[in-house]
Amino acid sequence: MSGNKKDFTNIRIQDMIDTDGIENVEILRKAKETTPARIGIGHIGARYKTTPMLRFVADQAAASDAVFTEVSKEVIKRLGVIEIKTKCKNKNDMITRPDWGRIIEEDQQQILRDKCIPNPQVQIYFGDGLSSPSIEANIPDLFPTIKKGLEHEGVSIGTPFFVRYCRVNTARTIAPLLGAEVACVLIGERPGLITAESMSAYIAYKPHIDMQESEYTVVSNISRYGMPPVEAGEHIVDLILEILAKKKSGVNLKG
Amino acid sequence: MVLKTRLYGKTYEFDSVKQVLAKASELKSGDCLANIAAESKLERVAAKTVLSELTVKELRENPVVPYEADAITRLIQDDLDEEVYRKVQNLSMAELREWILDSRTTGEMITEISKGLTSEVISGVSKLMGNMDLIYAGSKMRITAKCNTTIGEEGVLACRLQPNHPTDDVKGVIASTLEGLSYGAGDAVIGLNPAIDTVDSTIAIWNVLEEIKHKYEIPTQTCVLSHVTTQMEALRRGAKADLCFQSIAGSEKALDAFGVTISMLEEARQMFLEKGSAKGPNVMYFETGQAAELSSDAHFNADQVTMECRCYGLARHYKPFLVNTVVGFMGPEYIYDSKQLLRAGLEDVFNGHLHGLPMGCDACYTNHMPTDQNDIELLSMLLANAGCHFMMGLPQGDDVMLMYQSTGYHDIAAIREITKKRPMKEFEQWLEKRGFWENGHLGRHAGDLSVLL
Repeated sequence: MSGNKKDFTNIRIQDMIDTDGIENVEILRKAKETTPARIGIGHIGARYKTTPMLRFVADQAAASDAVFTEVSKEVIKRLGVIEIKTKCKNKNDMITRPDWGRIIEEDQQQILRDKCIPNPQVQIYFGDGLSSPSIEANIPDLFPTIKKGLEHEGVSIGTPFFVRYCRVNTARTIAPLLGAEVACVLIGERPGLITAESMSAYIAYKPHIDMQESEYTVVSNISRYGMPPVEAGEHIVDLILEILAKKKSGVNLKG
Repeated sequence: MVLKTRLYGKTYEFDSVKQVLAKASELKSGDCLANIAAESKLERVAAKTVLSELTVKELRENPVVPYEADAITRLIQDDLDEEVYRKVQNLSMAELREWILDSRTTGEMITEISKGLTSEVISGVSKLMGNMDLIYAGSKMRITAKCNTTIGEEGVLACRLQPNHPTDDVKGVIASTLEGLSYGAGDAVIGLNPAIDTVDSTIAIWNVLEEIKHKYEIPTQTCVLSHVTTQMEALRRGAKADLCFQSIAGSEKALDAFGVTISMLEEARQMFLEKGSAKGPNVMYFETGQAAELSSDAHFNADQVTMECRCYGLARHYKPFLVNTVVGFMGPEYIYDSKQLLRAGLEDVFNGHLHGLPMGCDACYTNHMPTDQNDIELLSMLLANAGCHFMMGLPQGDDVMLMYQSTGYHDIAAIREITKKRPMKEFEQWLEKRGFWENGHLGRHAGDLSVLL
């Protein structure tokens, strides 16, 4: 028995190749470089060989764990922010009650009133959404980049906080509550097998309870595998400045 | 009409046929979210009991969305074969269920009668079916339709090859397509969900798929699953295209949320018949999935199985080549876990077949459901036994664009081998010629795209 097997989850999917019985391996290698899809993995009978099978279940397990594990209190402490939660009591509520995931109950609203600077131009907050690891993976680079960029332009920023069991539409309650002109929710995306730690930014000008979904400006796929957090942060700063200048967001921004 | 029954000494009474249908439905998180599900298991059985005594006529005359209020209700009612309907209108749901299950009743007989059944009737009878009933009855039904090749022949399990790519990179799409072909995927259709829904991109991808089809002389059809209006514009600009795709829903309001109307679909069909490259006459490809209506708040307090059935009622108007229920894509707030997913897959395929549609199923799940690949492997094997006409084939089941998991190229080959089913005849001959398939299992070149490049 050997316990020394390397961490195969570090291997790029493009480099996972099975050359057994392949007539022209170079052609297959080149084809692999064109897509993150799991091609060129061989077969045994009509089933998967053991290594690609294990890689698949590892990636799926990471995606599933990203949804169902909690963001730890230590992570929130390291970020140095306060925490509130939605009406959901646990992850199961989170996935089955999207309506509760947007409700901030009175006691939690009071925490925000007590602890946050009122009437900022931009209120930024973090939500676990469907990926808990996305917070720790992205916020330490993403938030300071946005904060610095906006402050440099003289834009006032509200007190950041973390919302547990958070859906995007918490913005409809939180922005009016704190009197923010623009809300920017940095929230975990539904994970896929390529990465389980992607995050999106949902930005809206004066969000309110009856707003349209299309009024959000969205930056998605923020992660070290997609749009890196620092680059995404700079992009978000530009978008927020444009939204503040034009006093609209989402599809309306294009018009 | 009696909407009341007694079980274990307790009386259960219901307000409407719509409520009976909802409460008779097997447990789904979406019906709970909509606050219309049965409140206990016994209440569910009481609703099933009441439903079993309702007649075809009573269900027809009580559509879940009123005739005056909804164009899909009107279409389903007006399309009905009145002569067939008159023969079955007085059957109770219990009698209809038993007639379908009777071994003297053939698939052809069921398909004939189905022309007189509204979507509410079909939804109703499925709620009186256990999982094995759905498989037993479903396995009798074969619905054939013709585009370039013919779907639905006896003993065939076809496959949609789904070569999606995060950025629609043409080389990446070709790589996934060729590999899929080498595993025997792609006889139902080679169909890509584009990352970018523009006319230019749709034309570019469609031309690539058509080039592959012609270069290797593959007996199949192609499709780019952008919005129907995008595809129509692509066709106007000279794209080569076989199948016209659109996601549909079971109420006019929900269809509107997709940016689609009934007349738009007819216009698209006519355009593909005239300008498309397929032989036809079946040139439409629809996708559905329980709870699309609830998610756009257009369900009219009807349950998700019944609303899904109304998608099939709409679909059959256009004589499609393929209808595919993407059963596990909507999320756990609508279909929670493996149990609900298996049930929904079996319901949808049975209900689609009972509408006279060539049904496929995207046996799939998202990562925020408490499910994994083992669950859809089970579902895919159940579906093969339930007579499902086609399933999806993706590289190891991982969709790198839509970020969910479905059945893999390997799975399609394995299911064919396990259940002794085959690809479509002319496609099978093509595979054998290339060394991808031999004697009912994968051949020497399976999994080697390099032999095609």
